[in-house]
Amino acid sequence: MDVLVITVPLAAPLVAAVVARARRRPSRAVGWVTVVAAFVILASGVIAAMLTVDGEALTVGSVLRIDALSAVMLIVIGSVGVIATWAGVAFVETELAAGHVDDSDLRRYATLVPGFLTAMVLAVLANNLGVLWAAVEATTIVTAFLVGHRRSRGSVEATWKYVVICSVGIALAYLGTILVYYAARQSSLPSSSALDWDQLATHANELDPGVMRIAFALLVLGYGAKGGMVPLHSWLPDAHSQAPAPVSALMSGVLLPVAVYALIRYRVIAAGSLDPSFVRTLLLAMALTSLALATSLIIAQRDYKRLLAYSSIEHMGLVVIGLAIGTPLAIAAGLLHILGHGLGKAVLFCGAGQVLVSERTTQIAEVRGLLARRPVLAGAFGTGFLALLGLPPFSLFASELGLARATADAGFAWVIAVALTLLLVVFVSITVHLVPMILGSEASGPGDTAAVGSPAPLLVGLMALIVLGVVAWPLDQLLRSASLIGGTP
Amino acid sequence: MSESVYAQLLYLLCGGLLLASVLMLWRRQLSALISLLTAQGVILAGVAALLGTQDGGLELYAVALGVLILKGGVLPAVLRRVLADTGAARETQPLVNVPASLLAAALLTLLAYAVSRPLVELDPTPTTQAVPVGIAMVLLGFFLLVTRRRALSQVAGFLLLDNGIAATAFLVTAGVPVVVELAVSMDLLLVVLVLQVLTARLRATFGSTDLDELRELRD
Repeated sequence: MDVLVITVPLAAPLVAAVVARARRRPSRAVGWVTVVAAFVILASGVIAAMLTVDGEALTVGSVLRIDALSAVMLIVIGSVGVIATWAGVAFVETELAAGHVDDSDLRRYATLVPGFLTAMVLAVLANNLGVLWAAVEATTIVTAFLVGHRRSRGSVEATWKYVVICSVGIALAYLGTILVYYAARQSSLPSSSALDWDQLATHANELDPGVMRIAFALLVLGYGAKGGMVPLHSWLPDAHSQAPAPVSALMSGVLLPVAVYALIRYRVIAAGSLDPSFVRTLLLAMALTSLALATSLIIAQRDYKRLLAYSSIEHMGLVVIGLAIGTPLAIAAGLLHILGHGLGKAVLFCGAGQVLVSERTTQIAEVRGLLARRPVLAGAFGTGFLALLGLPPFSLFASELGLARATADAGFAWVIAVALTLLLVVFVSITVHLVPMILGSEASGPGDTAAVGSPAPLLVGLMALIVLGVVAWPLDQLLRSASLIGGTP
Repeated sequence: MSESVYAQLLYLLCGGLLLASVLMLWRRQLSALISLLTAQGVILAGVAALLGTQDGGLELYAVALGVLILKGGVLPAVLRRVLADTGAARETQPLVNVPASLLAAALLTLLAYAVSRPLVELDPTPTTQAVPVGIAMVLLGFFLLVTRRRALSQVAGFLLLDNGIAATAFLVTAGVPVVVELAVSMDLLLVVLVLQVLTARLRATFGSTDLDELRELRD
């Protein structure tokens, strides 16, 4: 049973990738195979959650392991994956119809998207921290040609920055991993298990603090780069705005959280071996500067895809604040925020892709009066933003409230004050940008007759956000177990 | 091999690694960068083999062979192909001139010695005494990466940084477990291949591989 629960979510997207590779011409059917694969990941996540909710862990050897924290991440990958790949079916059709790219490009797209899912699933199932690193690095390799899907100047530039900055960042994380291994080898751990997370977490207090301090700083810098955090964040707005909409949704909704997930795992080890104030200061500094940077660039943003990208930095900053606080409540709220943000961003990026098809521009100033012409799309797009801004009844309201409470409990009221001020600025700026896009009375747009794709995945995503916000029922037990694994009192 | 001969050989090899790194900051010729990276790959394989003589197992010799093939053979060959395709032989205008680069190299090496003190203190054997060299290579690679404006020089900087990490791994723990080593090498090879394709695309869309041309996207 253990083996099945762990291997099925890995195998499903892999099979989808092989199927897509084998087909000469991309077709609707291939798109649906990927959706099924994402659904299998979600289902495995739910089954894994039921098996691990009492604090148990399933393992295959010492390399792969599922506990409640991994189960939460599997559910995030699966649910965001279903929405993004479902919207991707229509995306491939509009691309074919518009003739932007040829068959071989689309075939590559259809192969790489499930490959991307596989790498992320491997990252959250890895118990060996070296394998975790290799899986996160593999996501960079797989997504390089997804970001560069179109060969315009902008997308080539974005791809170059993305690959170089993320590879360097993640190389620093590898150096950190090596130093953790060194510290573990010098303690009582045998070399065969010196990179296994479960062993390191139990024996964290035996690790040398001098080495661990350098290692943790490198890991925060490295995985932070992959999570879009300052100082190595500059790839993110370019890559998110140039990638095809479903890929942006996956990168923002899942890839950034997977990098943050790596930090959650490492924080547990660091909290056991280092001075807690060092860990907290480092993470808080990164989170607050990222939040401030994202806010300053959202204010005068002219491009709605870049706006969404900076909003991802902002929300990851909030999650990292929760990580810095590190109490079980903060971790639980952070995980709920990851799920809510993932669903919200999947809806918004896929919605933005449809707006782009309809309006043929990514400039905020050139999109006017969408509600009159495309009521369903405009409604979903606007509602998605309301969810993202943290209004009730959506789940981001609950998670932001939880984060604030956890931060106050830990005695960091000034952090809440700073974060709330920044969130308020973001709230006002996004509202100012959004209202004329949605409302207004523009009679016609450039792509009024174009088929933009079904609104169904967007509506499903919004429904899920409301359900999660109103009833915590399906997840609260699981989040509690996960927060006991990832948090330290 | 006696302990002192081993230590002297190791320091000689590490000196070679550091020298090659500093020379990379000095030279402008892109082909010279590739030759220096090749030399570094070979020396790194030598370090792994030398550690193998102390360790007694066969594993490190296998790793040494792998390093020799990947870093001494395959990666430089890929870079040479990129160079042949792009035809740009020299770095145009580096952001920092040569004397300043060399001065920076000296400062970065000192910095590396300062930050790696806790690493040496944890286990002060002759092998870990050489760890600052690995850290210095990482810093020099980062410096090369941010100050050069040619696509190929940036790739070379990334590889220097990666060689530094590999050297550190050998010196602190005689390498990582083989599963991880394999996965990491695979990733490295794929990244370089991706960058090779991207360099070709850069040239096709921008007409050069000068990264100053990359200014389409900004806020």
